[in-house]
Amino acid sequence: MRNFNALNLAREALRGHKGWGQQWRNPEPKKSYDVIIVGAGGHGLGTAYYLAKEHGVENIAVLEKGWLGGGNTGRNTTIIRSNYLYDESAGLYNHALKLWENLSQELNYNVMFSQRGVMMLAHNVHDVQSAQRHIHANRLNGVDNEWLTPQQAKDYCPPLNISKSSRYPVMGAALQRRGGVARHDAVAWGYARQASAMGVDIIQNCEVTGINRATSGEVTGVETTKGPIGAKQVGVVAAGHTSVLMEMAGVQMPLESYPLQALVSEPVKPVFPCVAMSNAVHAYISQSDKGELVIGAGTDSYLSYSQTGSMHILQHTLDAIIELYPMFNRMKMLRTWGGIVDVTPDRSPILAKTPVKGLYVNCGWGTGGFKATPGSANVFAHTIAKDEPHSINAGFTLERFRNGRLIDEAAAAAVAH
Amino acid sequence: MNPSGQQQFRLPGRGSRIGAKSVRFTFDNKPYEALEGDTLASALLANGVHLMGRSFKYHRPRGVLAAGVEEPNALMQISRDNARTTPNVRASVQEVYDGLQAQSQNRFPTLNFDIGGVNNLLSPFFAAGFYYKTFKWPAAAWDKIYEPFIRRAAGLGQAPTEDDPDRYSNRFAHCDVLIIGGGAAGLMAAKLAAKKKQTIIICDENPHFGGWLLSDTDIRIDGKAGPDWAADTITELAAMNNVRLLNRTTGIGYFQQNMVVLNQRITEHQSKPESGDARERMWQVRAGKVIIAQGAIERHMVFPDNDRPGIMQASAAQSFLNKFGVAVGSQVAVYTACDTAYAAAFDLAEEGIDIPIIVEHRTDIADDLLAQASELGIRVITGAVVEGTGGKLRINSVTFAKQNGNDRETIEVDALITSAGWTPSLHLYSQSRGKPQWDEDTQRFLPGESPQECVSIGACNGTDDLSDIFAEAAKCTGSRAPRHAIEDDVSTMSGFIGATGTSADKGKAFVDFQNDVTAKDIALAVREGMHSIEHVKRYTTNGMATDQGKLSNMHGLAIASKLLKKPIPAVGLTTFRAPYTPTTFGSFVGHSRGRLFDPIRQTPIHDWAVENGAEFEPVSQWRRAWYFPRSGEDMHQAVDRECQTVRSVAGVFDASTLGKIEVVGPDAAAFMNIIYTNGWDKLKPGRAKYGIMCREDGFIYDDGVVGKLSNNRFHVTTTTGGAPRVLNHMEDFLQTEFPDMRVWLTSTSEQWATIAVQGPKARQIIEPLITGVTISNEKFPHMSVVECNVCGVPARLFRISFTGELGFEINVPADYGRAVWEAVWERAEPLGACVYGTEAMHVMRAEKGYIIVGQDTDGTVTPYDAGLSWAIAKAKPDFVGKRGLQRPDLMAQGRRQLVGLATKDPSKVLEEGAQIVADPTCPVPMKMIGFVTSSYWSGTLGKSVALALIEDGTNLIGKSLYAPMADEVIEVEVTGTVFYDTKGERLHG
Amino acid sequence: MLVIHCPYCQAERPELEFANAGEAHIVRPNNMSDMTDAEFEKMFFVRENPKGVNLERWRHIHGCGRFFNAIRHTVSDKFLKVYKAGAPRPSDAEIAELMK
Repeated sequence: MRNFNALNLAREALRGHKGWGQQWRNPEPKKSYDVIIVGAGGHGLGTAYYLAKEHGVENIAVLEKGWLGGGNTGRNTTIIRSNYLYDESAGLYNHALKLWENLSQELNYNVMFSQRGVMMLAHNVHDVQSAQRHIHANRLNGVDNEWLTPQQAKDYCPPLNISKSSRYPVMGAALQRRGGVARHDAVAWGYARQASAMGVDIIQNCEVTGINRATSGEVTGVETTKGPIGAKQVGVVAAGHTSVLMEMAGVQMPLESYPLQALVSEPVKPVFPCVAMSNAVHAYISQSDKGELVIGAGTDSYLSYSQTGSMHILQHTLDAIIELYPMFNRMKMLRTWGGIVDVTPDRSPILAKTPVKGLYVNCGWGTGGFKATPGSANVFAHTIAKDEPHSINAGFTLERFRNGRLIDEAAAAAVAH
Repeated sequence: MNPSGQQQFRLPGRGSRIGAKSVRFTFDNKPYEALEGDTLASALLANGVHLMGRSFKYHRPRGVLAAGVEEPNALMQISRDNARTTPNVRASVQEVYDGLQAQSQNRFPTLNFDIGGVNNLLSPFFAAGFYYKTFKWPAAAWDKIYEPFIRRAAGLGQAPTEDDPDRYSNRFAHCDVLIIGGGAAGLMAAKLAAKKKQTIIICDENPHFGGWLLSDTDIRIDGKAGPDWAADTITELAAMNNVRLLNRTTGIGYFQQNMVVLNQRITEHQSKPESGDARERMWQVRAGKVIIAQGAIERHMVFPDNDRPGIMQASAAQSFLNKFGVAVGSQVAVYTACDTAYAAAFDLAEEGIDIPIIVEHRTDIADDLLAQASELGIRVITGAVVEGTGGKLRINSVTFAKQNGNDRETIEVDALITSAGWTPSLHLYSQSRGKPQWDEDTQRFLPGESPQECVSIGACNGTDDLSDIFAEAAKCTGSRAPRHAIEDDVSTMSGFIGATGTSADKGKAFVDFQNDVTAKDIALAVREGMHSIEHVKRYTTNGMATDQGKLSNMHGLAIASKLLKKPIPAVGLTTFRAPYTPTTFGSFVGHSRGRLFDPIRQTPIHDWAVENGAEFEPVSQWRRAWYFPRSGEDMHQAVDRECQTVRSVAGVFDASTLGKIEVVGPDAAAFMNIIYTNGWDKLKPGRAKYGIMCREDGFIYDDGVVGKLSNNRFHVTTTTGGAPRVLNHMEDFLQTEFPDMRVWLTSTSEQWATIAVQGPKARQIIEPLITGVTISNEKFPHMSVVECNVCGVPARLFRISFTGELGFEINVPADYGRAVWEAVWERAEPLGACVYGTEAMHVMRAEKGYIIVGQDTDGTVTPYDAGLSWAIAKAKPDFVGKRGLQRPDLMAQGRRQLVGLATKDPSKVLEEGAQIVADPTCPVPMKMIGFVTSSYWSGTLGKSVALALIEDGTNLIGKSLYAPMADEVIEVEVTGTVFYDTKGERLHG
Repeated sequence: MLVIHCPYCQAERPELEFANAGEAHIVRPNNMSDMTDAEFEKMFFVRENPKGVNLERWRHIHGCGRFFNAIRHTVSDKFLKVYKAGAPRPSDAEIAELMK
């Protein structure tokens, strides 16, 4: 694998870039593997990468029914932050944030992690109380998060409307300066490239159609559109399709899958310097390096695997954006798209062993999984390699829905991820 | 041509779409003349201006390439004033009006001399995906140095910096047939469907219906020229009242169940729009059937330096000539792999414009085309490629040769028109969730079956021949095939996909103009392992510019397919996503701005509060009076005064926002037993009770006082924000779990105005206003309810308290709310009482340890945690939440429990949300055992009061804990939750 | 935006008048207290979440206010059937017939 750096880039520039090899191999599947990861999104590819790199697992395949990075990894609004309330969440997302901070170097792939700050707006006394609760808890957990007055918020984000007469006046904001955005595709590609170089087989266009189990119950492999493949351990990292896959192993999940939409505007010169989110008004927005305003919309209210959402959801999102940033009313929507997000009852993920021996699941990220990618992959690899969770993901079990020990960020704060 | 210098490329007497009236406009501050009906592009071309923009990455000079929405280069900033400025407007679409001001974009300092053009020299470094491979060192430099540089270089126009003063409107419509596209196919379908008395909406994105008929002068239908046939058909349709014609209206999105969204531009072409007119209107049309007649888009040829100003689509040149009477040059070469370019060449030649060469990529050409060329004296070289072009800000030469490299020749030209064939527009078909099918013969994707009620006809269905198109229009409307005499000159619109010749590997052969993606970039992506077309697209950004790949997608796909040695369908087709063309946010938003974004709910007493100087706070959808400052008072002083006045005299409070639900029926008590944790059997009519409800999971969902008016009637109150979800929750259980219960639920939140009168003099204030009942302490004790008259108005009077004082809540029909309020105030004020707001209410209830659901509980708190175990009727066989409360973690020891906190320094007021620890010296991450839910300064007590949820809190009473703040550690003592009148004697005053 | 047929109003109305209310035919037993933790988990948290035919509840919240059941395909989003609350779950054979 050829190193990515400015010198090699300059060398290649002089000879028409003929020397770059494939970033990842496109192999046919072997008969069996030690570990099969189902789903080649950022979380799945990262899991394979950390299994190979940190746990010395040599015989790994990642199976993907479409193209790698083609699910929610390539469909989200790329917001990264870690200012979650509960210790479990703060631990997980902050672990991810620390990995993000060195990920370009680690992967020798510029994932363009841009720590431009994530600002969460408060619009009423309840929002303020909730933001303060987060800020205090974050401080004691070693997570940066600070309070801004309306004017400070406006200074940080000049397009923001802080007029007291607006429908939902801005009463302040919580700012995590270490938060930001990254280039979503690059994360999948960077993990794929390094994993492939370490011998991980990434097999695209290979849909898993069954999970095979021995009579004694443990996992023995998977059925795929490219034939049966054996495996000692199977990790399912399939976002919106998790329920369908786990059902193949007889495991019913506390998940529901909803279409989530996002949109971008036409590109313009830099106008929006940070990421801003509002829960009460339900709008989140940033500007990409290409100049597009990247705007997250809400989910539809019903289950769907269609990757398309409704017009009224888009309208409501833009209503909210324009309420907060009225100067964008003449901007034009360039493109909308949809993903399928898997949502748990407490809006926190499941990163855990399952009742089936050798079967592991990483799911339930809802609308906020991108930010966790490196952290989730890292601890999930640990969970598979050691057959027990890392201390960081120990709380994110399936059992919590039985014993009631939920990690209810949504209930605690009513904050969108 | 006009030698005066203005509009020197205008051909008098030509152009079906322009008028005689001239208008003036400016481009980069330079004045120009145009004719009414011009687009900005045709107007600039008429003035000999081809340089209209700069590309995104390399800042290469670019001219207009297309005459329609697919234009990738000629994007401009159009401004009426500072607020009404719009970036990235396609010059090929924008109609010129008198006074129009256009600026070029993405250049500094000028369009002719752009410093960013240095990127072009560095372009070998900037190949596809270059940024993934570098800028990684040092780690901190990406978002401090590299990224700001890239961000400044990228982007096109400027976002507005002021609020948009224009209006936008929104309309829903239903019709039997919606036809998208008003060319020959759409018009014929409309004509035939209209005869069947169906309601029809037909839209076209252009100012005029007619589609390609307006650009091709050789078509004759029943002896009429195309534009005339179109005009006659429109006249006919316009006269029918079952047909709605929408021009300047684009079908932008196709949603479930045949809902199609249309965007109509209303004033964008007007010099001085009427002030009341909406700028754009969004139509959401639910159609019985959708006929898609979107047409096709011509592809450019991909060859080195195919992007110089003066190079454009053949169809664009033909449109500029035939619609606008504009010649795109005086020496116009042609490079084509499609028959249709010949029509363009012949039309130009017939106008006397020199066509020095037709470079034909194919080897086998129809004889009649060659014969006609020869007749017009046009030289044709077949089996040939264009190897390159010359020129700086405008093309000045073209170099071509046989495909084997022989017969190389360079000639001088000032324009080059190209055609690689036509791509059927599958956008809306694909959005309808249809799957495009690859047609190997004509090398095109075509619509297959649609899962919705829709059909594609005409060029977007791959149908080239006008007779066939009319037959399709007949078939899809269930009509007999019409008989028309049709003369048309061109038979096929298929052509070539991919890069022509091997020379494309050497120079810059652009596939995607705006994003500067070349054939080499596609090849690099494939070489690097990007084998899915989605990977190619994302790695190179091919098809991600503002034209969304209308020109580039098929070329990119073909180049990748050839390199991968895989058939095109195996490489994939990128998904078509709404909107079809970029669409103003404002038209989605419509009227939902400012006060109409989300209506503010106001109580009947709201205006009184405004008149009496209240400050307001937003609470869910409401604005509530927060406090009533007297002159010179700040919030703190006002709240202190209000609290102390209530405790010493009395206060009046608008509690109308509380949710209210009437629960009625013979089984009302049984139903209440299910919904609430409390027991309701023993409550007597005329008595009230504080109730708690959980979700099935056992966590507190809502609370409120419930009055029992009779054995079958309860007056339920909920939290302000909770009313709708509580009613929904109740209805859910009533309708689906206990449908046999005879209970009816009615929301009465807005029907009752609620006036709380609290304090030692409360009874004295209201007693004279009450008729029909006695409200003495004996006859009407705490937690009573009675129906009576207040000020002669039928009322429900509660004796309840959220302050800990003697208190009443008067409910009167909302229309009487203000009158009764004023009557109460008239009594209260002379007695020295005050009016108080939500903040004082909060302070007083916290002094008493009364919880606010959502503040002191958060969805993870059980009634036990909140100290409300007394409100759980454990003996009841069932209530919602009973089973959930029995789960292991909810019964565990040491859960967070609601307690009071007293700061060691009584003057310190804790911050709400402050975290509590047992050991403040422990390093980060610290073990947090709880947090402050409510915290206030109590003027009455002269010290701070706070409520907190603390692990095992009830066992820690009397112990010291700590709130570590950013700059200090505050020591607190755990206390009970009641700070004031701990025995509760004042309630019974 | 979906168009939904309300079986009580006997009319098609836009989705904006309705609220989705999750999976249908989840039985709340009379003897809740006797449920095991696993049974409670299944009832309250575990969901079919099918890619295909989904039996779901809707409420015509801004119309007649009634809850009802619907069978909808979660890939095409097409409604195959709506029926009143309390009506029995259509048999698998009946659902297969509707799919045709």
